[in-house]
Amino acid sequence: MTQLTLYDTPLSSRLLIGTAGYPSPEILSRAVKASGAAIVTVSLRRESARQRTGQGFWQLIEELGLRVLPNTAGCHTPKEAIATAQMARELFATDWIKLEVIANDDTLQPDLFGLVEAAKALCADGFKVLPYTTEDLSAAEQLVGAGCEVLMPWGSPIGSARGLANPHALKSMRAYFPETPLILDAGIGAPSHAAEAMELGFDGVLLNTAIAKAGDPVQMAQGFRKAIEAGRLAFEAGLMEPQEMASPSTPVAGTPFFTIDNAS
Amino acid sequence: MQIVVNGEPLTTEASDLGTLCAALGLGDAKIATARNGAFVPAEARGTTQLAAGDEIEIVAPRQGG
Repeated sequence: MTQLTLYDTPLSSRLLIGTAGYPSPEILSRAVKASGAAIVTVSLRRESARQRTGQGFWQLIEELGLRVLPNTAGCHTPKEAIATAQMARELFATDWIKLEVIANDDTLQPDLFGLVEAAKALCADGFKVLPYTTEDLSAAEQLVGAGCEVLMPWGSPIGSARGLANPHALKSMRAYFPETPLILDAGIGAPSHAAEAMELGFDGVLLNTAIAKAGDPVQMAQGFRKAIEAGRLAFEAGLMEPQEMASPSTPVAGTPFFTIDNAS
Repeated sequence: MQIVVNGEPLTTEASDLGTLCAALGLGDAKIATARNGAFVPAEARGTTQLAAGDEIEIVAPRQGG
């Protein structure tokens, strides 16, 4: 299996894992390890002087020893997203940013116009931008033009577990951007969804809730790890084309009791 | 002077952002800051003067997807 490289950085896994919503910090840590992921996504939030919640969380993340990908989750304007990215760059000492500019809270759909605007500003400022986008090809083209070397289209709305809502469009995106790494981000509910994305030729999968909210997040992390590997192996091996009719897999020649109908 | 810190009103004697963070006990914490919507780098906190009505954000690492 080939290795995924993002922004000239070779990565040991094609799974990017989120850190939110686990039953406990200990299960988070075990699930991340079981997933084999090389990148964990994190956010930044207001710190209470009294509770200092972020300080303990950071210690846990540091102990994992993995590359950290901060996000701009919850930002609704380019201005908010840019300021959040700048705070994240200092806080996490990385110029990688998962750029989210959200259009509305019901769908958590990306605001593509705001996304392109923020991506232009951040790429120009030296950030390595991983934009959370849709399957829209013209927006994707503008993101690549802005300097994004990765695209992260949604499968379906964040946290919905609906899988790939529009496989045809995702296939088109793969065909349209043969050289740009594509990470399927959001909407994954089951390992089969992740395998489907990988079989379509996606380079990786970013997911959070499907593992965090599983009955056993550690075991589910292993499930996703295997599904993503299986899907990638299948893509690289080359899948057969579906056929309209049955075709026997066992050789016909030499079948006992074989007679040709209407042989006369 | 009355300012807003992380969405909550706060009365403070601090004249600059660095002093404010220290007064809140976050001087040595892993935080990042913004003033009125604009990022303020750590090294600039001490020279970033506060004015009445300023909106300050003090953020830290948190779980995310």
